[in-house]
Amino acid sequence: MIPKVEKKEGHVKQVIQIVLPGEFIDERKGRKLGFNVYPEHEKIFAKVIGIPRVAENEIDVIPLSGGYMPKAEDRIIGVISSVEISGWMVDINSPYPAFLPLSEAVDEFVDTQRTDLTRYFNVNDLVFCRISRVTKNKTIQVSMRDPLSRKLTSGVLIKVTPSKIPRIIGKGGSMVSLIKNATKSEIITGQNGRVWIRGEDKEKAIDAILTIEKESHIMGLTEKIEKMLS
Amino acid sequence: MSAKKGLKLIVDGKRVDGRKLEDLRPVEMRVDLVASANGSSQVRFGNTVAVAAVHGPRELYPRFLQEQETGILRCKYNMAPFSVDDRKSPGPDRRSTELSKVMRLALEPALTLEDYSKATVDVFVEIIQADGSTRVTGLNAASLALVSAGIGMRDLVTACSVGKIDGHLVVDLNGIEDNNSESDFAFAMMPTKKKITLMQMDGELTKEEFMKLLKFAKETCEKIYQIQVKTLKEKYRSE
Repeated sequence: MIPKVEKKEGHVKQVIQIVLPGEFIDERKGRKLGFNVYPEHEKIFAKVIGIPRVAENEIDVIPLSGGYMPKAEDRIIGVISSVEISGWMVDINSPYPAFLPLSEAVDEFVDTQRTDLTRYFNVNDLVFCRISRVTKNKTIQVSMRDPLSRKLTSGVLIKVTPSKIPRIIGKGGSMVSLIKNATKSEIITGQNGRVWIRGEDKEKAIDAILTIEKESHIMGLTEKIEKMLS
Repeated sequence: MSAKKGLKLIVDGKRVDGRKLEDLRPVEMRVDLVASANGSSQVRFGNTVAVAAVHGPRELYPRFLQEQETGILRCKYNMAPFSVDDRKSPGPDRRSTELSKVMRLALEPALTLEDYSKATVDVFVEIIQADGSTRVTGLNAASLALVSAGIGMRDLVTACSVGKIDGHLVVDLNGIEDNNSESDFAFAMMPTKKKITLMQMDGELTKEEFMKLLKFAKETCEKIYQIQVKTLKEKYRSE
């Protein structure tokens, strides 16, 4: 990634290079193809508008816009859209709905003939879960069989561009910790572009997250957010 | 398709709006104006204004339309009743159905729909002011909206119209020129790949004229592509 330096009224403002679909990024040179790129005659081109990441062994583009495409092992925030006989259909903010089987959500034995599953999750409930399977024809299964997964009660849910989630989290969770501490709130980020916030100063936290979303490609963002929250 | 008797559209090498033969009308492009859409844009070529909105990729219903191996693209071209001098009867008609299909065929080669199996990408193009070359203005708008929606693309699609008026070969026809041209042709291409995705001709041309117009169209598309690139990069840089 080559940062471009733009001079603006005497100040030096660093802006990261942006590529458009069809734009040449680099020669392939035996490197692995990451997301949002395609090869043509040993050359790599961008597939979406975004920021190119050229590493020694991989080339990809971090998109600046676009919806969420599910990948196995992603941690996401889902909204229960319907209750089925042996599980729940979950809206995961992607073109494909996901299925949460009963066995992946509840530890105890449940007799489906006698139990009403709304006892566990009902329509419009929020769940923080993990994508466990994505088949070739886009059948998605989610699971809550890990310590972090849980039902999210109260709080607010906001939507951001899914590609901006890593920037909201920051290196080793630094950015999200900064917001959590400054606003005394609980924040859960789903890789599908949903952020759940509960706490004292929700409005301030939402403002900070939306600013990160808007200015994710500008350098020196952490300082700006620190200033904003102080 | 010949010009009306007595109507002079080119005088001393200048066209009715004062342009030279190979000049574009003033072009203006904006992206992300429709809040409810995943991506949107507005493109103005002189008095022709098109607004495009992209929704998707999203679940495709009815289910029998779903393709297991690929996503599908659906385009809808519509002219607003107030877009022309006389009121245009609202709703779908033969022309808009044809143009919707033409736009879909022109955009499809640029999209990586294989990434969106079972899903659909919906493109809506509304012509809110019409003064000739509406399909190409709509295509330029659709291309920008698709990029701003983050849809996977091999390249942008850039379109322009060229034609023959009073024996002269011209670029970017306006309404009056469109209605009185000897020949006009709508052209779209993927500019970095140099691949043509639309070529629709009306009227008569000699082989030499055709080849010259093709060259004009490619050069014009290159100019329009530069404006598209500038619009997109500025928008995402300033955000």
